[in-house]
Amino acid sequence: MTFLPLLRSVFRREMQLAYRRRSDLANPLLFFLIVVVLFPLGVTPDMTKLADMAPGVLWVGALLANLLSLDLLFRSDYEDGSLEQMLLASLPPTSLVLCKVWVHWLVTGLPLTIMAPLLSIMLGLPGSALPLLMLTLALGTLSLSLIGSIGAALTVGLQKGGLLLTLLIMPLFVPVIIFGTGAVQAQVAGLPWQAHLAMLAAMTTGSLALSPLLTVAALRIAVGD
Amino acid sequence: MWQAFVRWFHKWSSPKWFYTMSQPWSFWLGWAATLIIAAALVWGLMFAPVERLQGNSYRIIFIHVPSAFLSQAIYAAIAVLGLVGLVWKMKLAFFVAKQCIPVGASMALLALVTGAIWGKPTWGTWWEWDARLTSMLVLLLLYFGLWALHNAMERPESGDRAAAILALVGVVNLPIIKFSVEWWNTLHQPATLKFTEAPPMHPSMLIPFLMAIVGFYLASMAWVLMRTRLEILQRERKSRWVEDELNRFAEGQ
Repeated sequence: MTFLPLLRSVFRREMQLAYRRRSDLANPLLFFLIVVVLFPLGVTPDMTKLADMAPGVLWVGALLANLLSLDLLFRSDYEDGSLEQMLLASLPPTSLVLCKVWVHWLVTGLPLTIMAPLLSIMLGLPGSALPLLMLTLALGTLSLSLIGSIGAALTVGLQKGGLLLTLLIMPLFVPVIIFGTGAVQAQVAGLPWQAHLAMLAAMTTGSLALSPLLTVAALRIAVGD
Repeated sequence: MWQAFVRWFHKWSSPKWFYTMSQPWSFWLGWAATLIIAAALVWGLMFAPVERLQGNSYRIIFIHVPSAFLSQAIYAAIAVLGLVGLVWKMKLAFFVAKQCIPVGASMALLALVTGAIWGKPTWGTWWEWDARLTSMLVLLLLYFGLWALHNAMERPESGDRAAAILALVGVVNLPIIKFSVEWWNTLHQPATLKFTEAPPMHPSMLIPFLMAIVGFYLASMAWVLMRTRLEILQRERKSRWVEDELNRFAEGQ
């Protein structure tokens, strides 16, 4: 088969698998909801204080939810051996990884972004900040999925990879969350926010270019053993 | 000339050669480091003049700055060694890279702790979420992640390669640490030592300062060499010469 039909069939397979594991996909979203609900209960129910914290809280929640779902990115393919076949296929493995990450974003990052307005109302974030919040979350979760795929690939061969994945990848998420919340907070404060957004977009494109290569290298280690 | 260099370099990639040759190296480097650091600290802590603005509290730079330098230099070394190991399949590079991790992590921890101690009298706070401090904390977390990855892998060979990939990804943090004090308006003071300018320090402060930096470099090298020898013994334990070496230890010679 040639490149595009093959890629299309991989995409269709991934979407189908995601659809059949609906409960796995709902978990990160529920997790996001619960984390965000914990903040008013744990910190303060005062709406003005919550509004100040809202961009950060939503970003932390989305980041953790994304991290939680990353462990499943390659695991089932690794366990049933299809990952090996994918790496041996005529398709360049980087395009395959990109396809999987893209589907991962479609089924976690995008729903998280769509859920964010609801939760931001509960935290009293001004409505004018919503479009930018959603834009940063959409861009940011994509780069989180891309960077996280490296960690998921590094830990796929391990039995208890989940906690280790968090330890490995969390430091690399720090710049993403800084610029993601920075943009929204700057807009709420009436300051120029374009530079933060540009940095976030630069990180997303940079990880788009580089992370598939590293993910493939890491997958080869896991499959090689 | 080049050929001779390449041959000499290749010799170092043999674990046995490295094991034997690094013994005198770590001995002399270790002693040189001890003497230089001792001299630098005595000079810096007791005889260097008092700083105009910060008084005596500035004296912590004789530990704080070298350890911060080393924590970054060692991370860069881990990434380069990891790349060498991945590209040229040189297992010794992986051994050295692995044993650099605890040394680098200790340096990062030392830099953060001394920084906190220095921050209390000068900034009035132990910790501030400042770009330089945060990025150093991220560096420490990266070190912990590398070590955890090594320990999690069942086969040490895959741990080596996996950690090399992670180290390469983490390199993006180094320029962030370096330029954090220039890009963001932070509490942390900008760099004093620059390659492009004469240092704005009196020689009576500068000389012990540079000595401390050199001493920390030598001490780290000696420490890494010693740790790598143990790593070689552990990883090559099935080879003949390691068995002989261990028997020699067992006989107490």
